Amino acid sequence: MAAASLPAARPPAVRAVRSFLSQYGLIAVLLIMPVAFGIHDLRIEGDLSRLGNNLVDGLSNGAIWALVAIGYTLVYGIVELINFAHGEVFMLGSFVAAGFFGTLGLTAATGVPGLVAGLLLTLLVSMFALGTLNVMIERVAYRPLRDAPKLAPLITAVGFSFILQNVGLLWRGGSQQGIEDLVNSQKELFNFLGVSVTNGDMLAVSVTIPLVLAMTTFIARSRLGKAMRATAQDPDAARLMGINVDTTISATFLIGGMLAGAAGLIYALYQTTIWYFQGFTAGLIAFTAAVMGGIGNIRGAVLGGLIIGCIQQISDNRIGGEWTPAIVFAYLVLIMVFKPSGLLGEQTREAG
Amino acid sequence: MSAATATAAPSSAATPPEGRVGLPRAARIGLAAAAVLAGALLPLFINGEGGFIDDATIALAYVVMALGLNIIVGFAGLLDLGYVAFFAIGAYTMGYFGSLFHITANGGEGIHILVSGPAAELPGIHLNFLLIIVLAIAATTIAGMVIGLPTLRLRGDYIAIVTLAFGEIVGRIAINGDEIKGFGTQLTAGRQGITPVDKIDLPFLEAFNSLQLRPWYWVAFAFVLIALFVNFRLRDSRLGRAWIALREDEVAAVSMGVPLVKTKLLAYGTGAAFGGVSGAFLGSYLNTVNADQFQFSFSIFVLAMIILGGLGSIWGVVIGAIALSFINNRLIPDVLNDVPAKIGLDFDLTELSFGIFGFLLVIMMVLRPEGLLPERRRQIELSSGLEDLAVDEDSVYKAKVP
Repeated sequence: MAAASLPAARPPAVRAVRSFLSQYGLIAVLLIMPVAFGIHDLRIEGDLSRLGNNLVDGLSNGAIWALVAIGYTLVYGIVELINFAHGEVFMLGSFVAAGFFGTLGLTAATGVPGLVAGLLLTLLVSMFALGTLNVMIERVAYRPLRDAPKLAPLITAVGFSFILQNVGLLWRGGSQQGIEDLVNSQKELFNFLGVSVTNGDMLAVSVTIPLVLAMTTFIARSRLGKAMRATAQDPDAARLMGINVDTTISATFLIGGMLAGAAGLIYALYQTTIWYFQGFTAGLIAFTAAVMGGIGNIRGAVLGGLIIGCIQQISDNRIGGEWTPAIVFAYLVLIMVFKPSGLLGEQTREAG
Repeated sequence: MSAATATAAPSSAATPPEGRVGLPRAARIGLAAAAVLAGALLPLFINGEGGFIDDATIALAYVVMALGLNIIVGFAGLLDLGYVAFFAIGAYTMGYFGSLFHITANGGEGIHILVSGPAAELPGIHLNFLLIIVLAIAATTIAGMVIGLPTLRLRGDYIAIVTLAFGEIVGRIAINGDEIKGFGTQLTAGRQGITPVDKIDLPFLEAFNSLQLRPWYWVAFAFVLIALFVNFRLRDSRLGRAWIALREDEVAAVSMGVPLVKTKLLAYGTGAAFGGVSGAFLGSYLNTVNADQFQFSFSIFVLAMIILGGLGSIWGVVIGAIALSFINNRLIPDVLNDVPAKIGLDFDLTELSFGIFGFLLVIMMVLRPEGLLPERRRQIELSSGLEDLAVDEDSVYKAKVP
């Protein structure tokens, strides 16, 4: 009796476990670290302020990763290419920003109005410069390969990432460089239940939110945004409808590069050290964020960025910064295994 | 090599048989034999202790690695950006079983299996080089399959990212492994590196030393020959055809009965094994297993070799590996390094070598994507207009056409 009913009963159970895993497995994996360390904190210290501090730092770091991740996700959404050079574009964003406010002569002693005006100008310059650079990269390295096999543009992307890395190396040398701490980023702004929020955290959030809102509005409302969505859906049909696909793709790279430029500025002000290799790790972290949220999905990229920021901060604080990349990449592999489509994404062709 | 080009010249003038690109079969065999002979005899004509034979030996070790990566990327079409992981695992196998690293092993007495010479007296684990090679092959094959597993469901750039992530994880573990302790030892020696490493010790021969480099060269050359043999035999085998079928069209290949999981995992495993062999050899030859070697840029360095030579083309890969290795170890540091100073610029060209490789990758892909010495199949595809039919599915920008 039991033997007869077992085979009939098993498949639905297995299927239920499978569907549970594929729906909630990723979320469970993501919650492991905060929950484990939260329990640990409660036992040892009796409150959650350390975890809270980790999360605040994580969210502000995550805001930076979110901006970079949007660049990956936009480009992937429209041309199905992982723009490996994007992390290096972000790195050059930091360099341009640091160079420009150095030229402006901004120092920590500059008054608040001057500082705000100067930084806004720097933000614009850095966004413009890196947006232009990203468009040029697309023109030189990806556009000629549109009809080539898929491997080809990926390889040129890797090549360009090395070229840009070496540009950074030539520009500022091979060692980490401290830059002027303009916003006094580690100074506590206010303290809420033992969780301190610093100037840097505030800066990251207050630049990121308007930029993301502006960008989503642009894509949802404007004519060019509509063209971008159409091209992402079906380039050939978009072309038939009179959309200039080349211009649209260029515009996508422009927006991605601008956001990376903004992220570079925030990173420079937040960390107050920059070096030519920051782009490699940042690029991979941001890519992980984009995949986690569901590549091609802008909201997903922001969500993924914030989550990855928290994971990274917890790992920096508890396990040790030298292990952080390994942990982030382990998450990347886990996502790929359990849910290649990410938290918010639909099944893409590539993720199968 | 000059003899080789001399034999090539008259035969290339003859018209190639129809449906084929390149030289007739006899000429190709002659050319290959001449190249092998020239390679084997080369050390007799150069200084056995000089810098050139050193570069040549390293170049041969890179050829082995490039041939391994060629199986994964060139034959099976799985873009692996974490090949450095196998180099690392091979090198650490050498470090574990052929150095002072496990200095407390067997109560400080050491464990010695089939070793002679100075290593037989030292504490630590010392195995015969051939045994270490076998272990390295086993370790890397398993590692290759483990890395391959999560990528089975994925395609295209996702594979690249997962392998890249694995490569980075292995690199991180190598660098920070000195923090992981257990069984009275640590996992790796971290940035300090494992050094010294045992010299190669083959049966019936004296133990190698670091002054006379000719034996090292011949060992590396033997590895290259084995790698070439395996590559050719695999390419023309059922398995090789299955790889190429998967590369060209996965859906069609699977529906024709190609077993996806087995075929892909075998590609990862075989390709990885060559990385392990070369890694173990380099560990012994360079006399150090240094965690800083195992970085992403090395994966790209090997990838650039096979792109330069021509993806999937065995001789192309050999040429690409030798060329890039000499550019990296000789041309940039020795020949071109004072060029910036001469034209009034102040920087060190060796620092920029990866920028140069990046540039090379971009230029090759844009101008000559099939490589210097393309694979026949690819050349036919690219020259006969078949791409109009074949490309639509794979094209990046048209990929979403249903």
